[in-house]
Amino acid sequence: MSRLDPQPAERIDRSKKLKFKFDGKTVSGFEGDTIASALYAQGQRIFSRSFKYHRPRGIVSASGWTANSLVQDGEWPGIRATTERAQEGTEIKHMNAWPSLNFDVMRASDIFGGPFMPAGFYYKTFIWPRSAWPLYEKVLRNAAGLGVLKKSQAHREWRTDYRRRHCDVLVIGGGIAGLSAAIAAAREGADVVLVDEDIEPGGQLLWQGKHEQARALADEAKAAGVEIMSSAPALGYFDGMVPVWQGSTLHQIRAQRHVAATGSIEQPLVFPNNDLPGVMLSTGALKLAALYALKPGDDAVVATTGDRGLEAALALHAVGVNVVAVADLMVNRSNELTAAIESAGIQLLRGMTVVEATGNKHIKGCTLAEIDAKGVAKAGTEERFDCDLLVVSGGTVPASSLMLQAGAKAKFNSQTNCFLPEDPPPGIHPAGAVAGKEELDAAALSGTLAGARAAQECEFGDGSAASAAAAALDALPAPSPSAPSPAYQRTAGSKGKAFLDLDEDVTTKDMKYAIEEGYDSIELSKRYTTVTMGPSQGRVSQLPSVRMVAEQTGLSIDETGITTARPPWSSVPLGAWAGRPFTPAKRSAIHARQRELNAHVKWAGDWRRAYDYGDVRAEAAAVHNAVGMIDVSTLGKMIVGGPEAGQFLDRMYTNRLSDLKVGRIRYGVLGNDAGRITDDGTVCRVSEESFLVTTTSSGADAVERWFTWWLAAWEMDVHVTDVTQGLCAINVAGPKARDLLGKLTDAELSNEGFGYLDGHQIQIAGVQCLAMRIGFVGELGYEIHYPAACGQYLWDQILEAGAEYGIKPFGLEPQRILRLEKAHIIVGQDTDSESNAYESQMGWIVKLDKEEDFMGKWALERANERGMVNTLVGFKIDGDDVPIEGSAIVIDGQPAGRVTSARYSELLGQSIGLAWVPADHGQDGGSLQIKYGAKSQTATIVHGAFYDPDQERLRS
Amino acid sequence: MSFLLNCPICGTREVTDFAFGGEIVVRPQSRPGERELNAYNYFRANTDGVQREWWWHRAGCRTWFQAERNTSTNEVLWTAVPEITDATQAPVSPVAEARAAGGEELR
Repeated sequence: MSRLDPQPAERIDRSKKLKFKFDGKTVSGFEGDTIASALYAQGQRIFSRSFKYHRPRGIVSASGWTANSLVQDGEWPGIRATTERAQEGTEIKHMNAWPSLNFDVMRASDIFGGPFMPAGFYYKTFIWPRSAWPLYEKVLRNAAGLGVLKKSQAHREWRTDYRRRHCDVLVIGGGIAGLSAAIAAAREGADVVLVDEDIEPGGQLLWQGKHEQARALADEAKAAGVEIMSSAPALGYFDGMVPVWQGSTLHQIRAQRHVAATGSIEQPLVFPNNDLPGVMLSTGALKLAALYALKPGDDAVVATTGDRGLEAALALHAVGVNVVAVADLMVNRSNELTAAIESAGIQLLRGMTVVEATGNKHIKGCTLAEIDAKGVAKAGTEERFDCDLLVVSGGTVPASSLMLQAGAKAKFNSQTNCFLPEDPPPGIHPAGAVAGKEELDAAALSGTLAGARAAQECEFGDGSAASAAAAALDALPAPSPSAPSPAYQRTAGSKGKAFLDLDEDVTTKDMKYAIEEGYDSIELSKRYTTVTMGPSQGRVSQLPSVRMVAEQTGLSIDETGITTARPPWSSVPLGAWAGRPFTPAKRSAIHARQRELNAHVKWAGDWRRAYDYGDVRAEAAAVHNAVGMIDVSTLGKMIVGGPEAGQFLDRMYTNRLSDLKVGRIRYGVLGNDAGRITDDGTVCRVSEESFLVTTTSSGADAVERWFTWWLAAWEMDVHVTDVTQGLCAINVAGPKARDLLGKLTDAELSNEGFGYLDGHQIQIAGVQCLAMRIGFVGELGYEIHYPAACGQYLWDQILEAGAEYGIKPFGLEPQRILRLEKAHIIVGQDTDSESNAYESQMGWIVKLDKEEDFMGKWALERANERGMVNTLVGFKIDGDDVPIEGSAIVIDGQPAGRVTSARYSELLGQSIGLAWVPADHGQDGGSLQIKYGAKSQTATIVHGAFYDPDQERLRS
Repeated sequence: MSFLLNCPICGTREVTDFAFGGEIVVRPQSRPGERELNAYNYFRANTDGVQREWWWHRAGCRTWFQAERNTSTNEVLWTAVPEITDATQAPVSPVAEARAAGGEELR
């Protein structure tokens, strides 16, 4: 319908048809079409409804510079229809209209609510009554909906990747300046990457009749060795690292030097009904015609402030559009373009501009007029034209966001009527339109100059290429001037809405009210009206809003200033920043076997661990009455070896370890120099110069780091080897544990020959193990460490041998009950970064009389002198009503402490736990008030273990 | 924060491969006074400019090394493993420097 005859630069392949659905209806297009171009070819003109007023919106830039073209592609919201290629079989839907794009009931807010819905309307209105906000919110969220997010994602259905690329020169932008820069730098020998957001490099050349030049330049760049990345927007500038999004990969590109050739963005004019479908930037109209062979309209009016609109008028005329009139705001422009327009028989109205557009769902006509300094039409100059296309060109602004993020300053340039980035940080070379070099020749030369300089700074070339380009650039004539447009141009007494920001539906009136209400700086009015804060980051709304603020406040545009768009400069899925998770889940070598035994698996730090096997109480009972086994392979395990290993451990732990006898074990607490507990575990002296140190499951990495750090500073003759994943560990515990192991080993297991806190290297079922008699869970027990390669084998052997004793594998939850019965602490659960050993009731492990000082000694000496402020105590409550962990301890009606652990112990028939309380309320036998939710309970303080306090069972 | 660090063992890598160990602080040699102990434990210079600091090559060789870095520009002036004290190689490790000056240990 709207398709033109084949165009020389068109991107579509007419031999390949494709079909997709839009709102359920079939759309056919060609390969190479965007979603929007295929729809436009079939006559679709409304692509969305606006954010607030639900006004119909159409194509403006065909470049994704407004939110007008956002659609839902299957499960993906926020897809830019004007830049996203159409794909066979996709299901595209509109986003912000109900029931349909053509008829949206919320439009009522525009027609009736207009005068009553200024900026801040929602804040002011829906705050009363406060309690009703959740209800309002639900309705409002739907009204301003921007697509539907899928609630859940199948496992690994979509994931993103990182790629790191280091190069000499990164060129951002693939227009004529960028391509010239890349060629110049690559020819000098630099490793160059060029990234460009469009489907192919070439920038404006592609739709300005110079596509052959664009493609030749791209070929030249490739031949020179430039890595060209297309459909790859640069998202920001982070200390020299530029993230670039392409496909589903975030390329983190780090270059020694950067060329910013990000081009410019054409600006609209602000007049009543400037948002009607059919009002297009010249960029949009030209792209539709040149790249997708679409006739943007039948009868066109062009309103421009510079050469760009004149070029567009000629190009549209050439493809058969009836150009009714061209209004050039410049009164006395006379150049090749004006001559060509006049000789084509097109009416050229100098000194005039558009002051109003009319139409309901699409533009039907417009009024052109001469305007005064305020932008109001001069009486008697108004002329009305019928048209279905209004091409506007309000000049351009440099796409300077990345440079501003890098630290350049925006300065208003009265020659070009826009803000140019100045004083870029060293290493960033602007080129082309972003540097104010808009004309093709100037852009190409400034690109060559920037590329050659960047290469030279990386020590490539002798600088002659740069000097030549600089000289040629100086010799160019001055560019054609552009007329400064007013903030807001309109007919006298016009009532239609004039939009400063199409994304956020911010009108000139909103900005006026905002300033009257006192939000009179650009930073304040931006936040209050949300102007430039939509998905397009102010691409086509920044300069209009600055002009409006300047006009209303009476300040100059330079004094008003601009705001900096934050990264990401292009919208990307949140997953782009997330990347692939690089912390893999850890599973012990016995994990699969535990799953077969129906373990409930949960996260414990990075580990996947068996939480229980379905019956927590029975598992705990098995340990007390017979025997149980738990996989404790997750414990951090390190071999600390070397001639000075003992002295080193003396310095790290609060107690003495250098005098530990070979084959003996001691519990130890690790702290820092502030005297705070950071980790705990056991230390077993395996040989004269070798210790096996265990840490908490989550502390393995931190303890290794801590040990090696001090070793780097002290340079002791000690080495630390992390063997966490090289060793499996099983804790076999219960009164029958000795009998069980006796079936699997010939080694001495009697209490006399293998006593409590002994660590013996023995063979169990043929596997060489380090068996350690320790008792975290409070019964006779052996913690067996052995090579991970034998993980399942030994597990199976123990399970089989234990069958006759009623062995049960047990999980983390029963282990937590068992350790609590012994009042054994878990570092990080019962202690925090403020806990020291004295207050944690472990003063016995601090050996202040050690010869050498140790980590935390000085702080602990002081803590000992000062006495305790708070203390960790056990408590018991009759019955099985367990207070939740974190419950408050209340003294005289005030919160004074907290519960850190609490469980019901079937063995004791009581609820037991640990709690921090003020030291003077922590006496054995005292009572505590525990409050959680509306409940309050009285607990009795217990010092020491709840179960087997004399350790008879442990030592039996 | 985004810059490159040269691990003395592995070579140049993204900073995200490393764990930061903080600025180099002097650990008191003998029992410090309360004020000195608190300063050592809790106070840092937080330099705006060049400082010496610890880094750990977490995702690599797991070696601790030292670096001199400009905290406002993230320019890394040098990196070195503390025990490498080759006199011809500037700069000398701060640990060795401090030892030579009076045997003080550095954190």
